[in-house]
Amino acid sequence: MSHFLDRLTFFNRGVENSPDGHGVVTHEDRRWEDGYRARWQHDKIVRSTHGVNCTGSCSWKIYVKGGIVTWETQQTDYPRTRPELPNHEPRGCSRGASYSWYLYASSRVKYPLVRGRLVRLWREARARLTPVAAWKSIVENPEKRQSYIQKRGLGGFVRTTWDEVNEIIAAANAYTARTYGPDRIFGFSPIPAMSMVSYAAGSRYLSLLGGVCMSFYDWYCDLPPASPQTWGEQTDVPESADWYNSGFLILWGSNVPQTRTPDAHFYTEVRYKGAKSVVISPDYSEASKFADLWVSPKQGTDSALAMAMGHVILREFHVDRQAAYFEDYARRFTDMPMLVRLVKQGEHYVPERFLRASDILGSGGEANNPQWKTLAFDEASNTIVVPQGSVGFRWGEKGKWNIEEKESNGRPTKLRLSLAPIKDSLAPVGFPYFGNREHDHFLGTNHPGILIRNVPAKTLKLAEGETVVASVFDLFLANYGVDRGFGGAHLAKGYDDLEPYTPAWAEAITGVPRDQIITVAREFARNAEKTKGRSMVIVGAGLNHWYHMDMNYRGIINMLVMCGCVGQSGGGWSHYVGQEKLRPQSGWLPLAFALDWGRPPRQMNSTSAFYAHTDQWRYETLDVSEILSPTAPMGPWDGALIDFNVRAERMGWLPSAPQLQTNPLDVAAHAAKAGVEPKDYVAKSLKSGELKLSCEDPDNPKNWPRNLFVWRSNLLGASGKGHEYFLKHLLGTKHGVMNKDLGEHGKKKPAEVAWHEQAPEGKLDLLVTLDFRMSTTCMYSDIVLPTATWYEKNDLNTSDMHPFIHPLTAAVDHAWGTRSDWDIYKGIAKAFSRVAPEVLGVEKDVVLTPILHDTPGEIAQPFDVQDWKKGEVEPIPGKTMPTVTVVERDYPNLFKRFSALGPLMTKLGNGGKGIAWNTEHEVEFLKRLNGEVLEDGPTKGLARIDTDIDACEVILSLAPETNGEVAVKAWASLGKSTGLEHTHLANPKEDEKIRFRDVVAQPRKIISSPIWSGLESEKVCYNAGYTNVHESIPWRTLTGRQQLYQDHLWMRAFGEGFCVYRPPIDTKSVKPVIDRKPNGNKPVVLNFLTPHQKWGIHSTYTDNLLMLTLSRGGPIVWISEADARKGGIVDNDWIEAFNTHGALVARAVVSQRVKSGTCMMYHAQEKIVNVPGSEQTGLRGGIHNSVTRAVLKPTHMIGGYAQQSYGFNYYGTVGSNRDEFVIVRKMDKVDWLDRPTADQPAPLEAAE
Amino acid sequence: MREFMIHAIFGWYPYLCLIVFLVGSLLRFDREQYTWKTGSSQLLRRRQLSWGSNLFHVGILAIFGGHLVGLLTPIQVFDFIGISHGAKQWMAIIVGGIAGIMCFIGMVLLIHRRLFDARIRRNSSFGDIAILLLLFAQLVLGLATIPVSLGHLDGHEMVKFMNWAQGILTLQPGAAAFVADVSPIFRLHIFLGMTIFLVFPFTRLVHAWSAPIWYLGRSGYQIVRSRAAGPPAFAPGARPPILHRAQFGTPALKMGVTDRPQ
Repeated sequence: MSHFLDRLTFFNRGVENSPDGHGVVTHEDRRWEDGYRARWQHDKIVRSTHGVNCTGSCSWKIYVKGGIVTWETQQTDYPRTRPELPNHEPRGCSRGASYSWYLYASSRVKYPLVRGRLVRLWREARARLTPVAAWKSIVENPEKRQSYIQKRGLGGFVRTTWDEVNEIIAAANAYTARTYGPDRIFGFSPIPAMSMVSYAAGSRYLSLLGGVCMSFYDWYCDLPPASPQTWGEQTDVPESADWYNSGFLILWGSNVPQTRTPDAHFYTEVRYKGAKSVVISPDYSEASKFADLWVSPKQGTDSALAMAMGHVILREFHVDRQAAYFEDYARRFTDMPMLVRLVKQGEHYVPERFLRASDILGSGGEANNPQWKTLAFDEASNTIVVPQGSVGFRWGEKGKWNIEEKESNGRPTKLRLSLAPIKDSLAPVGFPYFGNREHDHFLGTNHPGILIRNVPAKTLKLAEGETVVASVFDLFLANYGVDRGFGGAHLAKGYDDLEPYTPAWAEAITGVPRDQIITVAREFARNAEKTKGRSMVIVGAGLNHWYHMDMNYRGIINMLVMCGCVGQSGGGWSHYVGQEKLRPQSGWLPLAFALDWGRPPRQMNSTSAFYAHTDQWRYETLDVSEILSPTAPMGPWDGALIDFNVRAERMGWLPSAPQLQTNPLDVAAHAAKAGVEPKDYVAKSLKSGELKLSCEDPDNPKNWPRNLFVWRSNLLGASGKGHEYFLKHLLGTKHGVMNKDLGEHGKKKPAEVAWHEQAPEGKLDLLVTLDFRMSTTCMYSDIVLPTATWYEKNDLNTSDMHPFIHPLTAAVDHAWGTRSDWDIYKGIAKAFSRVAPEVLGVEKDVVLTPILHDTPGEIAQPFDVQDWKKGEVEPIPGKTMPTVTVVERDYPNLFKRFSALGPLMTKLGNGGKGIAWNTEHEVEFLKRLNGEVLEDGPTKGLARIDTDIDACEVILSLAPETNGEVAVKAWASLGKSTGLEHTHLANPKEDEKIRFRDVVAQPRKIISSPIWSGLESEKVCYNAGYTNVHESIPWRTLTGRQQLYQDHLWMRAFGEGFCVYRPPIDTKSVKPVIDRKPNGNKPVVLNFLTPHQKWGIHSTYTDNLLMLTLSRGGPIVWISEADARKGGIVDNDWIEAFNTHGALVARAVVSQRVKSGTCMMYHAQEKIVNVPGSEQTGLRGGIHNSVTRAVLKPTHMIGGYAQQSYGFNYYGTVGSNRDEFVIVRKMDKVDWLDRPTADQPAPLEAAE
Repeated sequence: MREFMIHAIFGWYPYLCLIVFLVGSLLRFDREQYTWKTGSSQLLRRRQLSWGSNLFHVGILAIFGGHLVGLLTPIQVFDFIGISHGAKQWMAIIVGGIAGIMCFIGMVLLIHRRLFDARIRRNSSFGDIAILLLLFAQLVLGLATIPVSLGHLDGHEMVKFMNWAQGILTLQPGAAAFVADVSPIFRLHIFLGMTIFLVFPFTRLVHAWSAPIWYLGRSGYQIVRSRAAGPPAFAPGARPPILHRAQFGTPALKMGVTDRPQ
């Protein structure tokens, strides 16, 4: 009845007292409680996940009530593991649990937005012109173009309709393709594994267009180049459950509980089981408190530590006593027995390339690819043999590409590791030493630049004369400075000698006490010996974001390989930096890059692209001489870093985008006019200079990227190294660059690249960003398209941390005017097909592709590096220069092609990582499952891909990981190359077909496939390299083994043939500005580190108020107590961090956690929440990347050389940023810039 | 005209206020149970709250009690006990003055906190600020009557107010005449006092009805609430009740706006 009347019960209180008078029983109305009960009632639970670059990949229950997503909780229904292994669930963390906030948050983008100034111009032009002509009238008028690009990042959006934005985008794309070429249309989207179909939507559109898909894994610097170098594999790592199989776990530069929260339970569980854990981290990270021993080296010196540990392991387990398991492993699974040529360099020798079958008389009887077959000594007969499995056996012949202990002719062989027992001489070999290079902030030793150590050698009579050779094993030990009694300089008698690379030496470099180094190394190896390889190192961004990340990683990989840990359960290299594992990759590739309609797609390595197109190269301070090895052979080692990149593009090593200065849509016609094949025409014209590569003149308006799509990414708020250079040169808006370029400095300019005195500002005509939240990138865009959130669309998700595939599903309809990524690109494709005929028809597009890894072409350039431009060799497409292919673009039918599975799947089949199979059966299946296209036209009768679920089914049906029948086909195909029977790995699952509704019901474990090197079975956890070790499948390297010696000319020239310690580079970005605009507070110079953060990035972003509330509500920089004292800074002070690249503001977190000399700024903190203006630039804040700049490393550009061949996100330059130093200074006045623009201080004058 | 106004304001308006006060409170209690609360901001910031709130509450309860007893106790009762009008006037000035000053200090603290603490300000509704200012104005008016009262310490003016208040409650027509010629400050004070009754049901003041005084006389320490019979308040699957926005609070941070205590 009435709440009030019900209370009028004075005559009958209904109260019963308990006998002792302490308690009462009441009968009052309790309906008010129902409100709180209803709070946790819901209409339905839907399974979805978070499509963010969080390796967690946790499945979540999304609760829906009255059509509104109310909250989420962790799913717990992962398939069980086997007995004695903990289960995967619970998985999830507070960041994921806060996601539903975004759906209805104020930062949600609800309707299409367009820059007001642009749309005014557009509507005015469109009133009298057709779409493409309208766009042309805007961008070809400098005043009109300038009027909107200079306002990027400064607000001014207006709401509009989908029809209008789609038409603007379509017109811009069509205009750009017609005027400059489709390869001026770029698209950046990262990490397909986090939402495969959403990625594929944009990349499919771009690929059908001939646009450029940009890489991300290398740009994020999450790609560890050491992995392709050593294993020929992008990244393959154990799932987190495999930690539980380990006996000794080192966490090195990885903060598992903070950044791998859902997996951390395996780490705690294995410690209960008795595993020992060592955490190596400069700061006292969350992981450190799990450690039995916390080792705190000086930041950036990890390779010194790893070299010293390797020194101890070699001394105690390979020299003083040879552990049998380690010896056997080294012989069978590494390149240690392989022979290396030694060549004279002055008085001493230096290691040159691997000896090849083609070097010996008669090529060892090898007719097929003798230049690509490495050699070793047989231990019994002491003769040289050609062991099976090197890359020469992979292509051109079948049945011998395996690493069974056999010679090429099938005879069993046991390879010799050391040549000491059969040596002809002891050759003095020079090894480069970099620890003597001066650096303001890193200690070195004064050893000579070349360390001469004697190595047992054989002198061989070869086709070209006498040659001295040594085994990798002997060279490897000499490089570590292990004294075996052969003589030489700077060899260590004991661990206390201050010689590279002893523990005493490492103590001087890293600050870690030598006894800690010895203990860790000894126990690590002893555990591996007793357990046959169950020692593991979990590594991460803390190591991989340094310029010399390959040295950090190879130092650790060497330790693992010395101890036989790689490919063994509970052992190996566990690199977790980003959700790169796209498990159904080979099913996804055709959909994503439209391989069903045209091959090859255009793909670009982003680091090189952004380096060139944001003009960071114009400010390069790193001279090649600073990183060149003192043992470098004679060669053209002059020139700037971008010169090396241009050479690499020219020689077919790295991709290019744009590719040619001439519109590629016109090139085929020119060829036809000249009466030659397009590829011959391109080769000839490049040589004659008639055609020019775009990379030689990135500032020429013809070579600018003109349109850029950004989706599923916050390029300008997170990953854009050199943020201020992006703003200045790519976007053309206000920026905080305080640097002078080479011209203004009067320094030497690049030789291969045209220099324009006036650098372009504002290369992009149009920046389109798709997002569900108003991110920093959206703020700088011209058009913002509102996407469905992760709870409003259907998609797929996988990770390397667990073996399951599971979905994103639409718990509720996409709210307001938003659309899923798939529908957005469908809409753009439709508009494009309508608009394009104004200027485009069916066109022939000439596509340049670099020489690709895992293709027969990867064995292109066996010995020397020869540049056709210098006349050293003829330009031959696919051999000495990029491959040239003509791809037909049907622009008016682009939309039809987008939404149907094209004919090439039937005609050419499918495959991945060098394995090919016929996929007709799956295509027929998809026609029945998704239905056929009934409408007349070029797609009639093909399988439909209308909806996002159709797209999921395409992926799942074509991929061996989700279709057992395909897995069996793939294993059979691999078996033809290896000559071994592998189908037993998939036969039991042949009839298993995982479909979209299956993963909606429950996450499914994927099926073992040869695309990956681990197995999913009832007996073992997924572990990388497992099938190499247990199925004798070669690693996809030159030697077919784990390759510890890198023999490419450029690797040797830059001193990285063997792993060495290399101190961080000097970016010289502090001194020019240290006294700039003094404010009375003392500047402190600190190393700027950007680790993964605690309250964002994983599962959510840094504008999430729920997460911000748990931290400081805005950007923060961590500094140590000692450094804070120096700068007069107390906790929570506003500080500024700046260098020549720009400036950022944040609050200081003063903590004992931080190692003095460093500061840490969690990356990807947004510029849009709680960020005041900078004293240095007068502009709002800055982000972590305002003080960084990408610096390329020439060794990452190598191509055409087996495992060192290009692959998209696989090899290539990486965007490192941890060698950077900043000036940290307490702010004097905090200016919120909350006045109208006119009142604000004048923005920074460029290079004042 | 003046007479009509006097009659309207002091003769009719009190009934309007009392009806809205009682019926409004009743309706809100019955219809909007989830809004029946103090709306305390203690979770957001403790600073200035303990002193401010305690001084304010002690002061205002004393004043309220004083007004209640002073105005509504029949004059004969005072006469019977032997409290002269003059003594009562003095008592009102002294006790009311002390309580008034306490309340004044408390309110100054609370108003400062509510207006100038960015977090509290952002989480305040119009009503929260308005009622605080209204009470403050009323308090200042009340204190301002003290000098006036000092001018007639015999208490004859006070008797007018008692007659008026008791006249209103006993439904006597013409009660307004008692206050027709008192000092304008008193009239303003009375008018504002009635207005506070008028807005009472629409503000957080309703928590005064629910002051947990019964707790003092509780009969047991262990309470077992028996399960209620009858249908649940919300059918399963129904939309959740629309709770008052301030129930969950609004996030303190908004883009570009920040909490910057100096």
